[in-house]
Amino acid sequence: MFKSIKCATFAAIRCAGFNALRCGYRLRLSMRFFNLFGEYVLLMRKVFSRPEKFRVYYHQTIKEMDKLGLQSVGIVVVVSLFIGAIITIQTAYNLGNPLLPRYIIGLSTRDVMFLEFSSTIVSLILAGKVGSNIASEIGTMRVTEQIDALEIMGINSASYLIMPKIIATVLFNPFLTLVSMFVGIVGGWMAGVFTDVTTTQEYLWGIQFTFVPYYITYALIKMFVFSFIIATVSSFFGYRVRGGSLEVGRASTQSVVSSSVLVLMANLVLTKLLL
Amino acid sequence: MITVSHVYKQFEDGRVALNDVCATFDQGKTNLVIGQSGSGKTVLLKCIVGLHEVTSGDILFNDVVFNRLNFREKKSIRQKMGMLFQGSALFDSLTVEENVMFPLEMFTQMTRSERRDRANVCLNRVNIVNANHLYPAELSGGMQKRVAIARAIALQPHYLFCDEPNSGLDPRTSVVIDTLIQEITHEFNITTIVNTHDMNSVMGIGDKVIFIHQGNKWWEGTSADILHSDNEELNQFVFSTELTKKIRP
Repeated sequence: MFKSIKCATFAAIRCAGFNALRCGYRLRLSMRFFNLFGEYVLLMRKVFSRPEKFRVYYHQTIKEMDKLGLQSVGIVVVVSLFIGAIITIQTAYNLGNPLLPRYIIGLSTRDVMFLEFSSTIVSLILAGKVGSNIASEIGTMRVTEQIDALEIMGINSASYLIMPKIIATVLFNPFLTLVSMFVGIVGGWMAGVFTDVTTTQEYLWGIQFTFVPYYITYALIKMFVFSFIIATVSSFFGYRVRGGSLEVGRASTQSVVSSSVLVLMANLVLTKLLL
Repeated sequence: MITVSHVYKQFEDGRVALNDVCATFDQGKTNLVIGQSGSGKTVLLKCIVGLHEVTSGDILFNDVVFNRLNFREKKSIRQKMGMLFQGSALFDSLTVEENVMFPLEMFTQMTRSERRDRANVCLNRVNIVNANHLYPAELSGGMQKRVAIARAIALQPHYLFCDEPNSGLDPRTSVVIDTLIQEITHEFNITTIVNTHDMNSVMGIGDKVIFIHQGNKWWEGTSADILHSDNEELNQFVFSTELTKKIRP
């Protein structure tokens, strides 16, 4: 009897202890989140302050468009071409029923490319390519005291380094979405025709069937928001680096993971709001 | 003139880096701050230039309390500052010429050719020739330091700050950099503060020397006074190498 009471007491204490630990952990986690969010908001306030010299910022934005946007066209083209082709072949493979019209292949390729791939998946690819580039560039500038050098000169380093990147990606990435849509459709057509799963006519009919032009606007709005998330989150993680090369690498990883998760969360919200 | 008045700096983790430091750095002189690694020299320099906020105390630039100004007010004083960092801190993506032209582009209304001319004057002053189109990664450590000096003097600063300008350089190049800093200080009549633990620099260019030990100002004097000081900690620092032990009076 006494033994069972003792066991029950220990179990209760252990349970309470675990609960307290769990609560403490959750509290720490939420505090860390609010801390990071607060830092992010403060950084953005610094970023969107009046530029020192518009001409210099304009030139920086053009350079960033080349570095972050134009140099991403290649990977977007390659990935979109193959994904368009794969969607076509997989749709054809799943259309076992002869009663189903073959133009569905073109239609499904179009819808997947327009609604999800060219905005969300391309954004995830860009979060990896552009996001890590931004975080490691700014992080390296931080650890090699280049950001301190800017501050000493009286330059708002956050604004000078981050604002052109945000403007460049927000303006250029929607163009990448359009490229991805076009190339994906072409990739689908090539795969369909060369593997004989559809004809050009059926495919063209499919991509025009019940076409809703709003899908393009929807994809462009999504890309606009995702580009902002990628540029700001990556810059944030790069800007707050302290230490050496190890921390720069860690910031780069953090930026890719965080911006990817945020892109997916924003995707859910935007899809609910816009469709 | 720069005055540091009762500066106390404590980091968020509770570590006290500077403890009631008072010092005056004279105009037209090379003021040296010496001390062991971790003594608080760099923290003091970063507090002076505003990269670290002081916990208490004041930093005065010609009677203007710098640490109490807002970002916009600080900007006008910062444009009179030039700084040479330990690792040079040249912008990787810009060429030598663009690095020197950068502050001119940001803060002056000069045309491109005027900026280029000014950059060439500064680069010639630090004996950098035919390297205008090279990137920092293509330069030696000594050349990077000289380009950083050229960038620091491009806007004709009133204050020059150097954080361990000789670190990673051979003795001969160190002397070149030291001499350059001293010449520029006297030539432009600027207030120069140099952080160093290189005794060659101390003996060579130290018009005024301040010794920092464990976050406190431990000793102040001239480079000539150092050899005759009876301060135990200073003597341990100064006469720590075999070479300096031999010249001990």
